[in-house]
Amino acid sequence: MDYRRRVIRDLDAASSMPLHPAARDTFLAALERGYADPRRLHASARDARLLLDNAREATAEALGVRPDEVSFTATGTEAVHRGLLGLAQRGLRDGLPIAHTAVEHSAVLHAARWGGTRLSVPVDGLGHVVLEDVPSRAAVMAVQSGNHEVGTIQAVAAASERTDAPVFTDACASMGRIPLPEGWSAAAGSAHKWGGPAGVGILLVRKAARWRNPFPPDDRVDERTAGFENVPAILAAAASLQAVVAERDEVNARHHDLIDVVRARVAAEVADVEVVGDRDLRLPHIVTFSCLYVDGEALVHELDRRGFGVASGSSCTSSALTPSHVLEAMGALTHGNVRVSLQRDATREQVESFCDVLPEVVRDLRARVGL
Amino acid sequence: MNQPEPALELDCRTMLCPMPVIELARHLADVEIGQLIGVVANDAAARVDVPAWCRMREQEFVGTDTAADGAPRHLVRRLT
Repeated sequence: MDYRRRVIRDLDAASSMPLHPAARDTFLAALERGYADPRRLHASARDARLLLDNAREATAEALGVRPDEVSFTATGTEAVHRGLLGLAQRGLRDGLPIAHTAVEHSAVLHAARWGGTRLSVPVDGLGHVVLEDVPSRAAVMAVQSGNHEVGTIQAVAAASERTDAPVFTDACASMGRIPLPEGWSAAAGSAHKWGGPAGVGILLVRKAARWRNPFPPDDRVDERTAGFENVPAILAAAASLQAVVAERDEVNARHHDLIDVVRARVAAEVADVEVVGDRDLRLPHIVTFSCLYVDGEALVHELDRRGFGVASGSSCTSSALTPSHVLEAMGALTHGNVRVSLQRDATREQVESFCDVLPEVVRDLRARVGL
Repeated sequence: MNQPEPALELDCRTMLCPMPVIELARHLADVEIGQLIGVVANDAAARVDVPAWCRMREQEFVGTDTAADGAPRHLVRRLT
């Protein structure tokens, strides 16, 4: 069966990215060499262990942390769960709440609800956490590095100075693309969001952090995680991360300019539209906007029909879902929402052609409801 | 809330987003400038989208109370 399919204009990198070309050979070689149990003592096992240790060192170097602060989990979500709840263990025993900005990823919100009492800290209209409202005491304070829907970059270090709680930083949307902020005790990343394979999460726990495993232990290489390590994918994730870090100055500058084009053209050429989030202090590759009177799901389908893959934070037409809590917390229009996020090889042509078709798509959808 | 009753109340109880806001836009001109229009909607998005619409269309969002049956009612004052 041939599963190869090239989506020419995938503008949904924040959901997932194809494998970085620099990681492909590493992945294939590691599939051959890294299958064995890295915990065993024989030659094949030592080979797998060597690859795992290499991946840990390469990841640490790319992120500017110590190798013994790096753990590999099965997904970014698992890294979020372990990072957040592991820091919260002490405070939860004292009855303290799990605090988080109102715009954290749902993985953080679900983990907080599961682990204890939630305390949501508001954000302003651009999505920045209101520093004055960061609680001085909490079991843990979750402040993401950059927002996955609107791109706004949070002042993690400034937030950490306002609280005695350990800070957990969900860095899934930004890892590799921009350096990690200061001020966190644990952080999480997700390889498929930087061009590594899916099925690899990164959990970072600072050497001095008071972190306790919130889940059952496992007798593996790394006491902070559980389960059999996916050594080939972990090594490919590390190789991809190194490549992304090496090229990020060029890619980020290009992405930042291309997103500026989208922000400017959407605002100028689509009537009754709201471009959301901080124009400058943002992840380079993400923009979100909302169009009045338009069903977000219909917008996604119409753009897909024209060859553009985008995401939406709208809940329109699916009564089971609530609108994006991120847009809601910012007071932004929740319907007619589109998130554009650029793949590493995004071109001016892709972005301009998207901006060319969008006004007509929005006009057509509005005409259907007589507006 | 101590507001006069709206001059017009739109029954959007069974509508999903973005229909309540579309109804609001369609019927804004049915009230005089300075009068209130009420959007009764159960859809969760309306609670965010009615104030956002007011900001974008330069109308005044007055607040949210409840209709007689307990459904959320979003009040808008026509300014233009």
